[in-house]
Amino acid sequence: MAYSEKVLDHYENPRNVGTFRDDNVDTSELGTGLVGAPACGDVMRLEIRVKDGMIADAKFKTFGCGSAIASSSLATEMIKGMTLDQAAQISNTTIVEELNLPPVKIHCSVLAEDAIKAAIEDYKKKHAK
Amino acid sequence: MSAAKSSPIEVSTPEGVQLPIFMDNHSTTAVDLRVVHAMLPFFTNHYGNAASRNHSFGWTAEAAVENARGQIAALLGGDGKEIVFTSGATEANNLAIKGAASFLKKQGNHIITVETEHKSVLDTCKRLQREGFEVTYLTPAKDGLVTPEQIVAAMTDKTILVSVMLANNEIGVVQPVEAIGAAIKARNPKCLFHTDAVQGAGKIPFDVEKAKVDLASVTAHKMYGPKGIGALWVRRKPRVRIDPIIDGGGHERGMRSGTLPVPLIVGFGKAAELAKAEMADEAERLERLRTRLLKGITAKLSETYINGSMEHRLPGNLNISFAFVEGESLLMALKDVAVSSGSACTSASLEPSYVLRALGVGDELAHTSIRFGLGRFNTEAEVDFVIDVVTKSVERLRTLSPLWEMHQDGIDLNSIQWTPH
Ligand SMILES: Cc1ncc(COP(=O)(O)O)c(C=O)c1O
Repeated sequence: MAYSEKVLDHYENPRNVGTFRDDNVDTSELGTGLVGAPACGDVMRLEIRVKDGMIADAKFKTFGCGSAIASSSLATEMIKGMTLDQAAQISNTTIVEELNLPPVKIHCSVLAEDAIKAAIEDYKKKHAK
Repeated sequence: MSAAKSSPIEVSTPEGVQLPIFMDNHSTTAVDLRVVHAMLPFFTNHYGNAASRNHSFGWTAEAAVENARGQIAALLGGDGKEIVFTSGATEANNLAIKGAASFLKKQGNHIITVETEHKSVLDTCKRLQREGFEVTYLTPAKDGLVTPEQIVAAMTDKTILVSVMLANNEIGVVQPVEAIGAAIKARNPKCLFHTDAVQGAGKIPFDVEKAKVDLASVTAHKMYGPKGIGALWVRRKPRVRIDPIIDGGGHERGMRSGTLPVPLIVGFGKAAELAKAEMADEAERLERLRTRLLKGITAKLSETYINGSMEHRLPGNLNISFAFVEGESLLMALKDVAVSSGSACTSASLEPSYVLRALGVGDELAHTSIRFGLGRFNTEAEVDFVIDVVTKSVERLRTLSPLWEMHQDGIDLNSIQWTPH
C-alpha cells in the first residue's frame, strides 16, 4: 500500500514530539490523554498545555503504524491555539481528509480524536472543584 | 556513497549495494538466470503439448517434463514417477489433504495438523471440518516445535492423515519430520503423513524415505524457480491413493488434469537441480549472513526478542520482535529493504500473526515482529546496510514511542489500564 504524501511527511518529520515533563512546566497547566493498547498495536499519548482556556502547546508520542504517528502529529498541530471547546469538537473525519487516510487506517484517526478528548478530560478533571 | 534522501535518519549506501534490497525470500524468490535460460526454448521452439503422442513437438515436450520430474524427485529422494504437477503449493496442499480425506473417508474421519501451518493447510482442514471431518490442531511449544509424542498422543483409530510442515514460512522453525514420520508409522502404518515441504526443500536436507512421508508439497518460486508451478510428491511404494480435486483429461495419473505448463516445469526442474547441487555451500553462507545480521542488530539494540527456535531453523530466516516499535511503522522506515512483519497492520485480517500467537508470543510483541528472509542473491554488504538502517530506524521510532519512554522509566506496562479499541 502506498502512503499519501502528507502521511509520509508527518511520519518522517513528526511535529511536537515529546513530553512537557522534560520542560519543568507547571503541571496544573497540563492535561494528558493516553489511549489505545499495546496489544492492539497502537498507543497514543497526547499532552496539552493550557493557558487562559486555550491550548498553548501540545506534544505527543505514539506507538503505532505510520498513519497513527501522522494522525497524532497532525492532531497536535491542529489543536494548538484552539480553546478547549473548539478542540473537543474536532472529529476524526477532518484528520482522515487532511491525511488522505484509506479506509483500513480510519481507526488511527479515531484514536487521535480520542486522545484529544482524553487530554481535555484529564485537564478538566484536575480543575473541577 | 550517497545519502538516502528525505530520510529522518542518516544512512549511506555502500559501494556495490543496489536499492531496494530484497530480503523477503520466504515470500518468493528471484528466478535464477540459469533457470530462465533453461526455460526459454520451451516458449518459442519446443512449445508442444507434453500429452501429444503423435509428433515430435509432443515428444520433445514430454521428454523435458520427464527430465524435470527426475530433477525434482532427486531433490526429495523419490522417483520421478511420483511427481504430480500442480499450479503451486497451495494446490498441492489442497490436493494432498482433500484428496486423502476423500479417498480414506471410509477408513476414518480424523486429521491431525499444527496451528502454525500455512493457511493453505489450515483453511483446507477447516473446510473438511464443515464436511464432517474432525481435525486436531496441535499447539507447538514456545520454540515452535511439535514433538512426535504429541502427535502420537493425538492419534486415534480414526486418524487417517497427519500434516506437519517441514519448515515454517514465518519463523523458519524446522520440525523433526523424520522422528514424526517414524512415530506415526509405528502407531499406525496405514495413517498417511503429509508434509508441506515448501520452505525447507532445497534449503536443508530432506528425504521422503527417511521421513517416511506419503505426500510432500513443493513449489518452484521459493527455490529460485518460476511462480505458478508446484508439485505434490505421492508415494508409489507402497502405493498411496488420493482422489483428484480437478477433473478432466486424466493427466498426472488422474490426480491432476490439465495441460502441463512445460516451460514452468522445465524451470522447476532446473531450480531443483541447482538447489540440490548448491545446498550445502549455500546453507553455510546464509547462516553466516544470518549470524552477522543478528549480531549486528543485537549489538546495538536492547529489548529485541527472537521468535522461534534458533537451533532448529532455516539458515536464511530471522524473525525478531523490536519491543515498543510497531512493525508497520518500522517497515515504512525500511523503505529500501523488502522484509515483512507479523503486525496486524500488515495483514488483511487486522490480527497479528497467528503463528506467533500459537507460540504464545503476546500480541504486543507480535505487533513489533519483523521477518528477514535471506536468500541466494543477498550479499554481506547488503546485510551491513540492513543492520545500519534497522538499528537507526528502531532507535528513531523508539524516541517517538510512549511505551519505550515508560519502559525506560521503569513503568510496568502490564500495570496500566489500557483502552483496547
Ligand atoms: C509453507 C508454505 N506453504 C504453502 C505455500 C503456498 O505456495 P504457493 O505460493 O506455491 O501456492 C507457501 C507460500 O506462500 C508457504 O510458505
